Amino acid sequence: MMDTFAALAHGMAVAVQPMNLLYALIGVFLGTAVGVLPGIGPALTVALLLPVTYKLDPGGSLIMFAGIYYGGMYGGSTTAILINTPGESASMATALEGNKMAKAGRGGPALATSAIGSFVAGTIATIGLAFLAPWLVDFAVRFGPEDYFALMCVAFVTVSATFGDSPIRGLTSLFIGLTLGLVGIDKLTGQARLAFGVPELLDGVEVTTLAVGLFAVGEALYVASRRHHTEEKLEPVRGSLWMTKEDWKRSWKPWLRGTMFGFPIGALPAGGAEIPTFLSYSTEKRLTKHPEEFGKGAIEGVAGPEAANNASAAGTLVPLLTLGLPTSATAAMMLAGFQQYGLNPGPLLFAERPDLVWGLIASLFIANCMLLVLNLPLVGLWVRLLAIPQPWLYAGILVFATMGTIAAKPSVVELSMLAGFGVLGFLMRRFDFPIAPVVVGLILGPIAESQLRRALAISLGDPVTLLQSPISATLLGIALVALLAPFVLKGLGRFKANED
Amino acid sequence: MTSRDPAQPQRRVDRAGIVIAALLAGLAAVLVWDARGLQSTSMYGMGPEAMPVVVATGLALLAIGNFIDALRGNLPARESADPLPVLLILIGLALLIAIIGFGGGFILATAALFVTTSAAFGRRAIVVDSIIALVMSSLIYLAFDRLLTLSLPAGPLERLL
Repeated sequence: MMDTFAALAHGMAVAVQPMNLLYALIGVFLGTAVGVLPGIGPALTVALLLPVTYKLDPGGSLIMFAGIYYGGMYGGSTTAILINTPGESASMATALEGNKMAKAGRGGPALATSAIGSFVAGTIATIGLAFLAPWLVDFAVRFGPEDYFALMCVAFVTVSATFGDSPIRGLTSLFIGLTLGLVGIDKLTGQARLAFGVPELLDGVEVTTLAVGLFAVGEALYVASRRHHTEEKLEPVRGSLWMTKEDWKRSWKPWLRGTMFGFPIGALPAGGAEIPTFLSYSTEKRLTKHPEEFGKGAIEGVAGPEAANNASAAGTLVPLLTLGLPTSATAAMMLAGFQQYGLNPGPLLFAERPDLVWGLIASLFIANCMLLVLNLPLVGLWVRLLAIPQPWLYAGILVFATMGTIAAKPSVVELSMLAGFGVLGFLMRRFDFPIAPVVVGLILGPIAESQLRRALAISLGDPVTLLQSPISATLLGIALVALLAPFVLKGLGRFKANED
Repeated sequence: MTSRDPAQPQRRVDRAGIVIAALLAGLAAVLVWDARGLQSTSMYGMGPEAMPVVVATGLALLAIGNFIDALRGNLPARESADPLPVLLILIGLALLIAIIGFGGGFILATAALFVTTSAAFGRRAIVVDSIIALVMSSLIYLAFDRLLTLSLPAGPLERLL
């Protein structure tokens, strides 16, 4: 317990250095500005802004990242409230009530309750992260390679199959990601796999190229293809920005309840903020004293899900920092940020670079405070960003997206891959395949493979080793249940439908 | 059997779904073909060829799953899509790649992408957009190349700056 306080205090000392404060401020500002653009979720915000941090030292860059991460989340909720185009499924619940509030001229209080709720939830959840992380690290040190492999199997299954609309389509996405993860030189034997004699492919598929291609280029193609369907309407912020006493009274409990849903679910290696946000939404709908307002702009329906969303974002940092396990697309992009410095999050990083890890955690607190102070006064600026005409907006997004790749590797092969992933992202959106499992598969696939091979090398090739470790056996059991559950439940559902 | 049966409006074979299943099966075949060229050098445990085969097996199973979904017409409903804007953006990306490939530099390449994308989203003021694009690309180039010292590819325009 005292260790955590000492470590956190040390982290604070790192984070409040003037240069680092400046990095956090730039991160928060850029994150909000990019996150507020319609159709851009936090994952893409982080991916687009990765090149900005290329030339910084790891500490400063990770601190800027913390700001970008939280800033992107804040920006996303502003978009959801003001034009009803949630950049990610986790802001869908916010858009439901928030956009109705904005239409009714209560956009100000909706933005305020979402900003303050995010602050409350983010702060509580970051405290949770600070206390849970060392404990988990102690536990994770005892993990052998077979346990890591089993843990990744759990993440694979939960990210792709368990919570999506269709386990088959989710798993298809995951396996596309795993295939891309195979490309390049095999680290153990030095043999090239799936490189087809192209030298650029020997290094493997770059995570940022994949993410920017799938998210940015894919999204632009998709929106362009169905431009004739949608008419986006920006709701002006009318009336007071501030919440009334009544608004406060109706908001504070949903904030806390949302945090209670968001943090634990986010911290499980299950991924996704959709579940806690929708749990929070339905809970608030049940508990409210104003049920007639739900569907017409109830403030509880903004306060709860927004808090849940932010709390789960901090929650996903728990498996990311302690186990190196990304469970959402955004966390996957954060991991890519670590990897560009050759850093691998996990128990070792806590031991070797405590200044980095705790500096990052402390910066999350600082970023949160900055966002609260910055966001409400600057809301007019963000609204103006939302008013950029669509052609220039998407043209600008594409220019910025390709710039990241051009800066990293200005080669024809890399840019063609970016375009190819863009087409893939477009097709996946069109045919309703989830995108995040591809990114998670690309990042975790090679790690899972090397852990499995290490485990089998230690056991002299005996696969029973996977079941001899109690941790690994339990985790593999969980993975199997999580894989089969949706099929069984679907079968039951069909059975019931036949009964009717 | 016609698909006019009101009780089963969705039960139609989905051609796109069949194509997706075929592509997955093809990908699985490529994986196996590629893995055959690998030598298993490790004495114990798995060699480098094991994982591709595992992934290929998964892809093959998923191809079957997608095929069944497509036969049953279980894919979610799709709205009509307009191919022209998609094509325009892809042309823009192709231009960008070509200009970078032939040493035309960052500013020209991204400006080309900007103008085609903007046109794809319905703008017809190509001259105005070109000017905006060139100014914006130049500013980005100056900001990132000079201030942040990222190395962006230089062409004739960049050398003038």
